[in-house]
Amino acid sequence: MTQLALVIDLNVCVGCHACVTSCKQWNTSGSAGPMSDDRPYGKDPTGTFFNRVQTFEVGSFPKTETVHFPKSCLHCEDPPCVPVCPTGASYKRKEDGIVLVDYDKCIGCKYCSWACPYGAREIDEHQKVMKKCTLCVDRIYDQKLPEAERKPACVLACPTSARLFGDVHDPDSMVSVAIREEGGYPLMPEWGTQPSNHYLPRRKTKMHIHEDELVRVDNPLAKEQFKVPDSDDPFLEDASSW
Amino acid sequence: MHPAFSVIFLTTLIGVGQGLFLGLFTAQYYSAFKLISVENAQGFYSGGSLVALLFLFGGLGASFFHLGHPERAWRAATQWRTSWLSREVIVLPAFIFIVFVYGALYYFGWDPNLTSANLPAGQLSFLVGVAGTVVCFALFLCTGMIYGCIKFLQEWHTPLTPLNYTLLGTASGFTLAAGFAASYAPELIRFFGELAVILTLVAAVFRIWALLRNFRIKHRSTLQTAIGVRHNQIVQKAQGAMGGSFNTREYFHGRSAAFLKSMKYLFLVLTFVIPVLLLVLAMSTGINSLLGLAFAVQYLGLIAERWFFFAQARHPQNLYYQTL
Ligand code: SF4
Ligand code: SF4
Repeated sequence: MTQLALVIDLNVCVGCHACVTSCKQWNTSGSAGPMSDDRPYGKDPTGTFFNRVQTFEVGSFPKTETVHFPKSCLHCEDPPCVPVCPTGASYKRKEDGIVLVDYDKCIGCKYCSWACPYGAREIDEHQKVMKKCTLCVDRIYDQKLPEAERKPACVLACPTSARLFGDVHDPDSMVSVAIREEGGYPLMPEWGTQPSNHYLPRRKTKMHIHEDELVRVDNPLAKEQFKVPDSDDPFLEDASSW
Repeated sequence: MHPAFSVIFLTTLIGVGQGLFLGLFTAQYYSAFKLISVENAQGFYSGGSLVALLFLFGGLGASFFHLGHPERAWRAATQWRTSWLSREVIVLPAFIFIVFVYGALYYFGWDPNLTSANLPAGQLSFLVGVAGTVVCFALFLCTGMIYGCIKFLQEWHTPLTPLNYTLLGTASGFTLAAGFAASYAPELIRFFGELAVILTLVAAVFRIWALLRNFRIKHRSTLQTAIGVRHNQIVQKAQGAMGGSFNTREYFHGRSAAFLKSMKYLFLVLTFVIPVLLLVLAMSTGINSLLGLAFAVQYLGLIAERWFFFAQARHPQNLYYQTL
């Protein structure tokens, strides 16, 4: 079984929104039609997005930390949004575990969005159908693209490589190794949705430097050890016995 | 959640229609055993069915305003194996059909005996009535479970949700039946009026029980589990959208806590207190117009009740939208 998913490293995400814009660009230009916007340059811009980056501040000054938090559909292994759909428009693909919406079947009843605890689905206010992240299903299998580009648009766009893409059921894939070895965790595990996407936590990079690492014992240039000899001191010739 | 008026009208209107049908069948049941007698049976049952149909169609019509693509609504009947919404989409037209048949049988007076055994007359309509009652309760269950089955909407995830849909619909239907009886079968005013009072009081008990339960509710999801950072103090600085999004519109009622609270007291008074007083007053004074007033007030109360029902539910996704 294959379960494609993203692993998002909160430790390196800088909150630049490159994944948001590249996602929008790719998915608004696809055959499924645009992701409509309202007042994009007006006072209250709003529109349909598959992916958003939020920012949280953890702790209080001076012990604060900024966490940038990209948020999209997690392609849950047990997705509560799918069984509630009355039309069968929402479905989970057997072959790769991607959760998709068939825009030609969706009646826009919004029930699936109520049944997603993460708020990962958004209705398109103009096409009146439910939209969500497709893991760029229309590009990851595209034989016309060079192999290295058969990845979701957000993954390719991320300047810090905070987004990894792969099969989380394959224990040796990059994503599985990252989850296992870097402490990857799911969101809201309490609802049993088993999100496929995982997040890697913030990790403090700490170095322990000991004194003897700062001062090299045998450093010939170490100033603190270099003593200028005065005239009473024996010379090397005095000490030598040839 | 953001209360959508299409859904508020759908659930309250079909509730009244279902309750009224249950009222009609209750009367038929009692008269079959000669406990009451209905003088103008043809006019009362067929007229009552027509009124019930009007309410059911009103609800059905309101539901279409909720859909983005109503022309594809037939597709919604396909996933009945997993989706309560799909089940409702099947059961509601089935119920409408049965109510139509029930009313038509009475209107055309076509009610043959099905067996030669020594049973009371009106066997065919009685059988249709039994089927209608079963489907009616199935419809209440479907409607309630649409909300009750979402486990992380903890305010709704309780057997009290379908139970309250059933009780509130039935109570309002019986109140309407009392008002309807005033013009078609005055001998049934007491019968329906007393049942309406009892049902309204029972509904009040369970609705208040649900209120108390939700008052003490402890939400399982927190901002900590939502973003996976263990710290007591997390403040959101950006939501990922400047002018709001579907997430900020669909899941928030957008009113103050004081407004929510006043809505709660409003619906308690309008749905339960005033209708009971008006019903009792109407039955003791014989002023029949008070019965219609009782129904009108109770229906207004139900709109407020449904608004509150939606507004009170706090969706876990709201944790990602802290700075609203
Ligand atoms: S994140 Fe939400 S929309 Fe995506 S699969 Fe899970 S429940 Fe469904
Ligand atoms: S909005 Fe569309 S995808 Fe979602 S439950 Fe309704 S029909 Fe299914």
